[in-house]
Amino acid sequence: MIEYIGAFQIVLGVIARFWPVWLCMAIVMGASIFYRKKLGLYGQIFGSGVGVTGVAICLFWLFSAIFASTIAPFDPLGQMAIMKDALPGAIVPGDGRVYLFGGDKLARDVFSRMVYGSQIVLIIAPAATAFAIMVGTTLGLPAGYYGGRIDSVLSFLANLVLAFPVILLFYLLVTPGIMDTPIPYGLAGLFFIFPIIFFATLFYTRYKDRGMLLYVQLALTFLIGGWIYVGLVFDADPLGIVRIDPNQLNIFVAVVFASSPGVFRIVRGLVMDIKTRDYVAAAQTRGESPWYIMLWEILPNARGPLIVDACLRIGYTTILLGTLGYFGLGLAPESPDWGTAIKDASRLLRSFIHPALPPTIALMSFVLGLNLLADALREQSMKD
Amino acid sequence: MLAFVARRFGTMVLTMLCLTMVVFFMVNLEPNLKKLAISQLDMRSSQEHIESWLVKNGYRQNFFMRYGQWLGVVQKQPYTDPVTGRVSPRFSYCNEPAEPHYSGILQGDFGCSTKFKTTVSAKLFPALGATGILMFWVMVVMVPIALLIGILAGMREGTRTDRTLSVASIATTATPEYVSGVIFTVIFASWLGWLNGSSASATGPGGVTFYNFTLPVMTMAIYGIGYIARMTRASMVEVMTQQYIRTARLKGLSFSAVVVKHALRNALIAPFTVIMLQFPWLLTGVVIVEVMFRYQGFGYTLVEAAGNNDIDLLLGCSLVSVFVVLFTQLISDVGYAYLNPRIRVQ
Repeated sequence: MIEYIGAFQIVLGVIARFWPVWLCMAIVMGASIFYRKKLGLYGQIFGSGVGVTGVAICLFWLFSAIFASTIAPFDPLGQMAIMKDALPGAIVPGDGRVYLFGGDKLARDVFSRMVYGSQIVLIIAPAATAFAIMVGTTLGLPAGYYGGRIDSVLSFLANLVLAFPVILLFYLLVTPGIMDTPIPYGLAGLFFIFPIIFFATLFYTRYKDRGMLLYVQLALTFLIGGWIYVGLVFDADPLGIVRIDPNQLNIFVAVVFASSPGVFRIVRGLVMDIKTRDYVAAAQTRGESPWYIMLWEILPNARGPLIVDACLRIGYTTILLGTLGYFGLGLAPESPDWGTAIKDASRLLRSFIHPALPPTIALMSFVLGLNLLADALREQSMKD
Repeated sequence: MLAFVARRFGTMVLTMLCLTMVVFFMVNLEPNLKKLAISQLDMRSSQEHIESWLVKNGYRQNFFMRYGQWLGVVQKQPYTDPVTGRVSPRFSYCNEPAEPHYSGILQGDFGCSTKFKTTVSAKLFPALGATGILMFWVMVVMVPIALLIGILAGMREGTRTDRTLSVASIATTATPEYVSGVIFTVIFASWLGWLNGSSASATGPGGVTFYNFTLPVMTMAIYGIGYIARMTRASMVEVMTQQYIRTARLKGLSFSAVVVKHALRNALIAPFTVIMLQFPWLLTGVVIVEVMFRYQGFGYTLVEAAGNNDIDLLLGCSLVSVFVVLFTQLISDVGYAYLNPRIRVQ
């Protein structure tokens, strides 16, 4: 017979399990508030309640992901037959530990799965967003700056992808069969080369007259970029550190593919606006190269809207990942990510509701935190 | 104006051609064809059996030939038995004739669904009708609420109402359909028991009722409300700082009269575009909600088609959805120019 602890003890237990998160949050938030005058845009966020809430929620999930193995009392895939569909607060017989949020239909701990789920989301969503931004920026800058035929072709391609309903795109790109074809690897090879091009051009345009510094930077770019590239695309990292599961690579590519046209559109619009400014004309008169103007004159002045967009986009990517999980695409069926957990639980809502609530609330709160943060950033950057 | 619309239509047709070609390519990848063959035969079919099925049904013809057949610019060939020389239609359940014929999209024939054993049109158009009903109710709920929230928030910027409503709309944009659907089902179906957690009966003889239809409509509306409300608010805030609003206030009009008579019409131009551009998002929402609440509409059909690699049905679905996306973009551009005389179509 399973014994239960009370609701109050569940709350206390959950708070206690998250102790490393509270500790780190206190340190980071305290330091940020104390030094906020010196921290520029980041410090200004702490001026509003919305901003503080946003930062707090984002940090909470960030630290949960980092300390997942400390926080979670159980293995996210481990099953204890007796705990099948156990209600929240059930004590594991002969063990003393508690299934704080109960067990799911496969007798796994819902709480541990939620905590480990944050790890998957917080690795894939920001990384995929970063790649999408790289791809979108590298293509959006010339499209907006040169206009003309480059713009027409790139915009047509971007609109092509945007005209796809996301879900159809995922069904086509993330089916199990597609892993047998070279398509995901081809796309990955295409997308992952953009950061290398981006940074190489960035350093080259700025430091092309300062030999030594340029060589060091370019060498580092190609070394680190190439290392990650080889590890991710060919799964052939000589050191064996950088590697990604084929399934996750597929998801990653699909998410980058779906969200880079959005970045492209925003960057293109911003560039078209900024290129009419006087400082761009001044740089043109000085005889700077077009890519120098794009990367060192226009891009830094477009950072405000881009940072806001990045925040919103990580949230949107999280929602996309959840959608993938909800339709059972790409991620392994026993994966603890929130989308998969919501899918599993929502089929059994008639009998048990407790496995459904933790992942839904987790996903919602994380996206909410990012949106609040974006809102606060927007407010602050508009004041400048 | 006419030239603009004509050019947009040209781009639209080109986009649709490219996209259907991409979809056609993806569904005809080797693993997907294998999956289709296995689902049509049975799990234990031998390699040769699968191969012969694929050849027999014309899946081994040249890619562009087949795309042309689907479009209707190349003749569809019936199956000719190599031994006896007898000619038989490929898909008997679709009443395909047993002679070569032009029958593709251009002729209005969407092809044949291998999953549902009927023509695509017979499956797709009723499903679209069902989704149309869902979309209609979502719009009826979503648009007025979103506009109201946006106007109330943007009317007096920076007040407590504004802040509360803004945070509320941020919260709804952070709630995708599969999250709000679960939460609403838990609250209204499991705990309170007021509403039905499944809409399967809505396409049946009983039809749409408040009891079986509120949850999907609510779930879909909530995700869109926040976005439209925020756009309306931004537009409203901008309008309220205009000179003519100050003039109207200074000449002694009451605040409500200023808002209703002077601000509202100008503030609603931007949300119109946003609402039109919401359709592509709603399309994804439709898929999630229809699967979640088991409503047999377009989204449900799309998932079934994609899950079984039902080539013609999936192509039909993508054609419809791409058309919806591009057409609403066109309407939003034309409508924007029409509503706002300051913008002239270049």
